[in-house]
Amino acid sequence: MRTALAYVAKFLLLMFAVSVVTFVLVGLSPIDPVQANVGQQALMSMSEAKRAQLASYWGTDLPIWERYLNWLASALQGDLGTSLRFNAPVTEVVAHRAANSLALLAVAWLISGVLGFVLGVIAGVKRGSIFDKIVKGYCYLLAATPTFWVGLLVLMVFAVSLHWFPIGFSAPIGVAAADVTIFQSIHHMVLPALTLSVVGVANIALHTREKTIDVLESDYMRFAQARGLSLWEAVRHHGLRNLLLPAMTLQFASISEIVGGSVLVEQVFSYPGLGQATITAGLGGDASLLVAIAILCAALVFLGNMIANILYGVVDPRIRRGADHA
Amino acid sequence: MGMQEFEHEAHSHEGQARHHHHSHAAGSQHAGGHHLLQVQNLSVAFRMYDPDASFFKAKQRFVKVISDLNVSVHAGEILAVVGASGSGKTLLADAIMGQFEPNSQVTGEIWFDGQRQDAAGLAGLRGRGISLVPQSVNHLNPLMTVGKQAEGFGYSAEEAAARTELRRELFARYGLNESVADLYPHELSGGMARRVLLCCALMDAPKLIVADEPTPGLDLPLALKALADFREFADQGGGVLLITHDIQLALGIADRVAVFKDGTVIEEAPVSAFASPETLEHPFTRALWHALPEHDFRVYGADERFEADANAERGEGAGAGGFAGDSEGAGASGFAERTSTKREEGSC
Repeated sequence: MRTALAYVAKFLLLMFAVSVVTFVLVGLSPIDPVQANVGQQALMSMSEAKRAQLASYWGTDLPIWERYLNWLASALQGDLGTSLRFNAPVTEVVAHRAANSLALLAVAWLISGVLGFVLGVIAGVKRGSIFDKIVKGYCYLLAATPTFWVGLLVLMVFAVSLHWFPIGFSAPIGVAAADVTIFQSIHHMVLPALTLSVVGVANIALHTREKTIDVLESDYMRFAQARGLSLWEAVRHHGLRNLLLPAMTLQFASISEIVGGSVLVEQVFSYPGLGQATITAGLGGDASLLVAIAILCAALVFLGNMIANILYGVVDPRIRRGADHA
Repeated sequence: MGMQEFEHEAHSHEGQARHHHHSHAAGSQHAGGHHLLQVQNLSVAFRMYDPDASFFKAKQRFVKVISDLNVSVHAGEILAVVGASGSGKTLLADAIMGQFEPNSQVTGEIWFDGQRQDAAGLAGLRGRGISLVPQSVNHLNPLMTVGKQAEGFGYSAEEAAARTELRRELFARYGLNESVADLYPHELSGGMARRVLLCCALMDAPKLIVADEPTPGLDLPLALKALADFREFADQGGGVLLITHDIQLALGIADRVAVFKDGTVIEEAPVSAFASPETLEHPFTRALWHALPEHDFRVYGADERFEADANAERGEGAGAGGFAGDSEGAGASGFAERTSTKREEGSC
């Protein structure tokens, strides 16, 4: 109960801090939203009164702290404001974009986690083998490769050359949103998801590999084998439990990286998700949309870390039973 | 290297006072006309960067940690292998269990129950003839209940049920409440952990138990109790290879003692031989005898010869350091010294 309250308090503090920081950054940004959204040419030819009207619409006539207080007052009443750029309520824009992005993120996160764990365990057990060297080389290469570059590469090979997948967007061009089939959605998601997973594998695989080597050298693994279990039996019965714990923590903590990576990948694939909306909001000085997205992402990351903490207790009796005694 | 009949040992040794580098105790049995375990000319070397050379010039070379070690365990006896902490005794246990590090080079012969064993043979004997009793609770999986671990894995439903029953009996026999089975390793006391580890070994009805430092971390009454359990196992016809740094405990419980120094066994003699220095052969063993608290507690390490030994060991510095490395040049005294703090640290 006390832990639950502590989580809630931490969460609220985090949300508050994220909103403040986002507004401060928007305030410090050299981008003039009026100019960015109307265009240099139009702005020059505009009348003074029109300019003042636009400045008031975008809120640039108010100091940033006043804009923040206005936002905070309405946000506390459940109104996150209107996206000036998309001319729609922020909640609506975010919900629509999130639906696209979350599916993409979830798929990429699951694939990279499972694949990375499996590759890491096998490479660790077969340390020094050809398989290990290939996995290691692959991971080092990818860990040093920018996500957007992998995205471009994937695009060139699978979309441009092979024509297997569309080059962008989340639905075929010229088809009404209501008519898009689930197959078409998946078809459009494959390449961005592939890019995100391929890059995400490196981290988890390398960590799991190291941990596997540690576990294999542990006293309990040696003893398990001294009692007659083969190497793989010992790994299955005694190793996996001990490997899952750090892998899970890492994977839940890596949600932030996947979210960050999606911004670039969505840009490369013109995928209308949160990442793209973030860029639009940032470059357009759309403070309320940017804050909403930042808060959502922070909440996702917070949730990931919290789940990791809770699962830790479920898997590790030293924590679970320790909490019971307290 | 296949299994081959142990022809040399096929005839009885009864009445022969001394053979294979050792003499016998009253209880030593040559069941089936051979030793239960015989280790001959065992050497273990590790490939490592030359520790004496400078960092950038160091070349890889083999550093011998155990050399030409001979030791035998008879059915029905406890053989204590006694040596200083950190002198490489555990490598003997590893070799017998067939657990070799990738960078090690192991040579020599190991015979078990009249059969010469190769690496695969030794691996096949794990839990099926030879069982290990490890040092501490760290050898149990921290994330699994000890009952489940004692019962083990890879059995059919029927076998598993039988093993659960056997595990219950063993726990009851060693005074472990059935609720202990549901505890995790970190919840065990030192004494409980020790009994759980013994039960793990006994689950597989071994002929030979290799006990690697089973007493550190236990107070004296518990340590004596632990050793009494091994005594009981030996009295029922099993063999025990007890690896320990504690010569006094070893003399109290074992039938024979093998003194391990500088990576080899310098003397393997019945406990009765330790009654007086005259019956001991090796000068170091005699020095050891004198250093025991109940004798004259004389430190022979001041003697030039042992000083020289100690220096030679340090120069080698390859982890094979014998007693001297441990006792700061005090010769054999540090070896015999048994303080309660050392016991609690569970130094190994």
